[in-house]
This record gives sequence, C-alpha cells and structure tokens, in this order.
Amino acid sequence: MTAIHGGETAHDDTATEGRVYNVNGEDWDDVVRGAASSSEERLVINMGPQHPSTHGVLRLVLTLDGENVTEARTVIGYLHTGIEKNMEFRTWTQGVTFVTRMDYLSPIFNEAAYCMAVENLLGISDRVPQRAQVIRVMMMELNRISSHLVAIATFGLELGATTPMLFGFRERELVLDLFEYITGLRMNMAYVRPGGVSVDLPAGAVDKIGEFLKIMPGRIKEMRKLLDANPAYTRRTKDVAYLDLTGCMALGITGPMLRAAGLPWDLRKSQPYSGYETYDFEVPTETSCDVYGRYLVRVAEMEESLKIISQCLDRLSGSELKGKPVMIEDKKIGWPAQLALGPDGLGNSPDHIAHIMSSSMEALIHHFKLVTEGFRVPAGQAYVAVESPRGELGAHVVSDGGTRPYRVHFRDPSFTNLQAVPATCEGGMVADVIAAVASIDPVMGGVDR
Amino acid sequence: MSSDNLPGIPQEPVARRGMFGAADAGDTSGYNRLVVRRAPKLSSARPYGGYFDEVADALERVAGDSFDGMVERVVVDRGELTLHVARERLPEVMSHLRDDPALRFELSLGVSGVHYPEEAGAELHAVYHLCSITFNRRVRVEVSCPDADPHIPSTVSVYPTHDWHERETYDFFGIVFDGHPALTRIEMPDDWDGHPQRKDYPLGGIPVEYRGATIPAPDQRRSYA
Repeated sequence: MTAIHGGETAHDDTATEGRVYNVNGEDWDDVVRGAASSSEERLVINMGPQHPSTHGVLRLVLTLDGENVTEARTVIGYLHTGIEKNMEFRTWTQGVTFVTRMDYLSPIFNEAAYCMAVENLLGISDRVPQRAQVIRVMMMELNRISSHLVAIATFGLELGATTPMLFGFRERELVLDLFEYITGLRMNMAYVRPGGVSVDLPAGAVDKIGEFLKIMPGRIKEMRKLLDANPAYTRRTKDVAYLDLTGCMALGITGPMLRAAGLPWDLRKSQPYSGYETYDFEVPTETSCDVYGRYLVRVAEMEESLKIISQCLDRLSGSELKGKPVMIEDKKIGWPAQLALGPDGLGNSPDHIAHIMSSSMEALIHHFKLVTEGFRVPAGQAYVAVESPRGELGAHVVSDGGTRPYRVHFRDPSFTNLQAVPATCEGGMVADVIAAVASIDPVMGGVDR
Repeated sequence: MSSDNLPGIPQEPVARRGMFGAADAGDTSGYNRLVVRRAPKLSSARPYGGYFDEVADALERVAGDSFDGMVERVVVDRGELTLHVARERLPEVMSHLRDDPALRFELSLGVSGVHYPEEAGAELHAVYHLCSITFNRRVRVEVSCPDADPHIPSTVSVYPTHDWHERETYDFFGIVFDGHPALTRIEMPDDWDGHPQRKDYPLGGIPVEYRGATIPAPDQRRSYA
C-alpha cells in the first residue's frame, strides 16, 4: 500500500532488481486538475478488448462529447501469436498450418497466398496441375461466401437484430460442412499446399456442392428480403461511416470498402491468378461509400461467387480434368495427394504406402526426407497478393535457400483497413461506431497474426 | 568437397557447414564436409523487360539531376521489380512514385521488415510494395540501414497507410522511422524488451525437464538448415 500513497520505499528504485513502477498519484493529480479546469463535458471511454461487438479482441478508446465521438483510437495486439516468427522454424510445407490460422474466417485465402508465393520462389507456378487450380478457386469462393456470411451475421447481431445472425450462421454451416467433407476440417484446414492441394475431392463432393448451389441462391434472397429495404436496418447503415475513394486510397483500404466507394478494383479481375481470367463473373460496386453500400457489395459478391463455383463444378466433372492429379508431379516437392480414409481414421495413400514400405527402400528414404527435412527453396523474395473477402491479402516471402522460410510477412487487409476507424467514426454518434467497425469486418487473428 | 573444378561459381561467404548445423558433436550423417555458401547479391542490367524499363525511365526523368545515388541497385527476379533505394532519398522516391503521371503508384501495400544479420552495414531492410491502379503495375522498394544506426525516414506523409505498418516494423525489428507521428509498439506490449522478429531474438521455448534431460528451445535444437 505504501506505493500507492507515495511512500519512501516506492521511490527507492535501487532496492529491487529490474524496473519498479511507482503509482504515486502525480500523473493522476495532473489529470484530475486538468479535467476540473476544463469547462467542456468530455468523457473518455474504453471499449474492449473484451466486448461482444468489437469482433474479437479489438480495443477502442473513444472520447465522447455527449453522444458524439470526437476522437477514436484503435489499440490492437491482444491476439498477437508470433505466427510469422514461428514459421521461420518450420519447413515450407508446415508453414501452411500456421498461415491458415491467421485470418481464421478465410483460411483458404491465407494458404493460397502463401503457397502461390512459395511456388513463385520455386519457379513452379505454371506447373501446378489444372485440377488443383480449379479446386483452389472453388474453395476460395466457398470460403468467400462463408466469410461474408459471418460479416453480415455478426453485423446484424451488433445492431441488435438476431435473425440475420441466425440465418447467416445457418448458411455458413452449409459451407463448413462442405469443407469438412472435402478436407476433413471445418476451419484451419491446411488444404492448399505448395504445388497443389493436399487431397483430391472425395467421392460425392461434386454432388454435395451441387446441392449447396441449389439451396444457396434462395437463402441469399431471404437475407436480402430481410435487410435490403428494412427501415430499421437502413437507418442504422445509410450515410454512416462515410469513407470516399480519396480516403480509401490514402489509407490503403482494399476490398468491399473500396468497391463501396465506387472503384471496381478486384485482383481477381485486374491481376488474375489461379486462372480467374477464364471465369465469368462481375465485380459489384456501389457509390454510396457508407455501411449500407459495403453490405450490398458483400451480398452481391456472394451471388457472384456462386456463379464461379458452378463453373468450377462444370470443369471438375468434365472429361478434361476428371481424375487428373491435384499435386505437382515433381517428386522433390509434391506429397502424395491421392489419399483414402485409412483404418486409423487418417488420410493415407495405400498405393504410396505399399510402394515405400515393401518395394523401394529409396522411395522410403525420399519420403522420410521430404516430410521431415522438406524441400529447399532457391534464395530470393516474392510478393503474391490475392483478393480475400476483406481486400488484398499479400504474402511477402523471403528465402535464403534453405528448407525453412527466412521471413514471411502477411499484408493482412484487416490490419490496414482498421486504420480507417478514426476516419469513419470521428464526428459521428457513438452508436455508429459499432456499425463502422462491423462494416470494416476486421478479423483480429489476421490483424495481430 | 572442393569446388575448384566448378568454374564460375561466385565465392560467396560460407553460410553453413555440414548438414545439421551441429558444431558440438560429431556429425554421423556423412554430410559434415558439406559447404553451403550464401546466395549472391543480385543486380540486373538493362533492359529489365516488360513495364520495368518504363518505370525506371520515368523515375530517372522525374528525378532529373538528383537521380545519382538515388537507386543503388535494381533487381528483376521472378517477374518482380525491386528498387534498392538509398535510405535518405526514400521520401523523395516515394513521392515521385506516387505523384508522377507516368508512375502513379497510388496504393501502398505497407512495409515489411527483413533482418539479414550477415550483411554488414545493411542488416535491417524495410520492404515496401507499391501498386499502381492507373497502370495496373507493381513495384517493390527496398531500403536498408545498419544495425548500429537503425534509422529510416518515415513515409507516412506520402502514404498515410504506412502509419501502422511502420509501427509494426519498428516493433518487430527496431527500425526507427524518423518523422513518424507516433512511433510506438503496436503488437507487443509497450514495455516489451527487444524486437522479436530479429534473427538474434530467440523463439520462445519453455524450459521443460524430463527425467533430468532438458529440452532446448526450438531454435536451439538440431535441425536441417
């Protein structure tokens, strides 16, 4: 207690080892004096990091003048897990299981960006099998739908409407069921691997996705009926959190926020990857620059994603790609990818096991080395960007020629887009802060990494 | 193993000997005489190909007489253009890249740091990825600073989006961006010691003892380099 009252012992910094924190009250005296001398009614409130409507551990420090926000400051870092550092101690393939946990609502995009960067460094970008590319596109678009559904669902909940939340999560469950059926996991699948994907689609997957494509348009229409012209919804979202194109460009904002400001900038169209240039789809835009416009862009994007998925299904079940490999046919890089469910419940390749266990000692050695040591990636650096549901997701990957990444940096769109909080919130009502943050759709796992 | 019979291989500094980097005990793998050298520093000559020449020409033209010493090295590798810029000229280069009608890199994708402890005098690198929406082009700008003087001019005034990115790079690498409006830690707690993404910073490792045997931290273990 002496420390709080400013006793002598608290000042004696040499008595203990390390830094000593004094709570002498001097600062607080200043604060109290300053507040008393000011005539304005100012209230500083701390929102988060544990708050149901801040999308995870996001902390907002708001200065209020009555109901108006005069200053909004964002504090992040509560979910920093050191993924980028950890990846430097694992093989290139193991890196996939780390990046998939960054932005946990869009794991496939993290994996795809990372794997495309590694493939770029390896110089095998054009040798990734066509079937793997189509599966990647399909999984990314499924993931885009599930991510946008969470954005809209949580958004409704945060504005006080529970039905969009229930609808959104019900629909998302359909996508997660597909993910579980295809990859074995609902989230954090580590499905995309350098050189292709970890496993081919299981039997019946195409039919299941076909069913999903039949159900989903109606479900999106339901969501639109519920929200598009709902006065309770539009009055909370229209002309709220305005951010025009100039603001977006200065702050580096990408994704639905940028497209709601009128710029049709979508990497799938402007700098196509994984064969996006061969699919038929539109880039929806709005010009309202507000929360409502961002909602409309997201819903329209889901409808476009359905179009892409159906084109993917046509290709996958067509004669050209049916039964084709999904992993690069380079024994130095590709893991066995034609897996079947083994008796132990894990995915195994019976042919491969028979080969390495009973016919070729060299194949066994090679498999062991490929899995434990991993492959080497020529020295250099690469930056690959994909259009994630939140904007440009970039992977800056540096190799020193070893079996592990030298440095991996993710340019996560949530991280950059969160910088727009002061620009969109200051001068508005405190209730609109919730709408503004929700329309950015930040995922703290991606922000803090 | 000698490389005398392999002419043309540049004699870069040795990065590693042996297979596992284990210097203490005998290496039973048979790879203990393996010598791995560092990758050579790349530098590309004209023509760079594609739109890279146009970008370089435009930058040269807009900088005029002051172009000397601005770009130290140009690297074209794997279809990407990298301009290695002298650190004191960085804000100038950035404003040219953003404002010149022939360049127009309106969108910056932020800053990423890389630590190369073996590059004496240029240990810390800051890497900027810029994108031109007008021309649909990309360019990478790379700046280095020595560990002993880790200062790079801030570019927040040119690209406001660099605010958080520079804070992150400062937090993880200790690069001080001079002129940043509020250069504080962003991911780590305010009172954290050290900069975790540097190569000399260890990766966690909880001291675990198992029947008298201690388990080293992950980066202390024997591993394939």
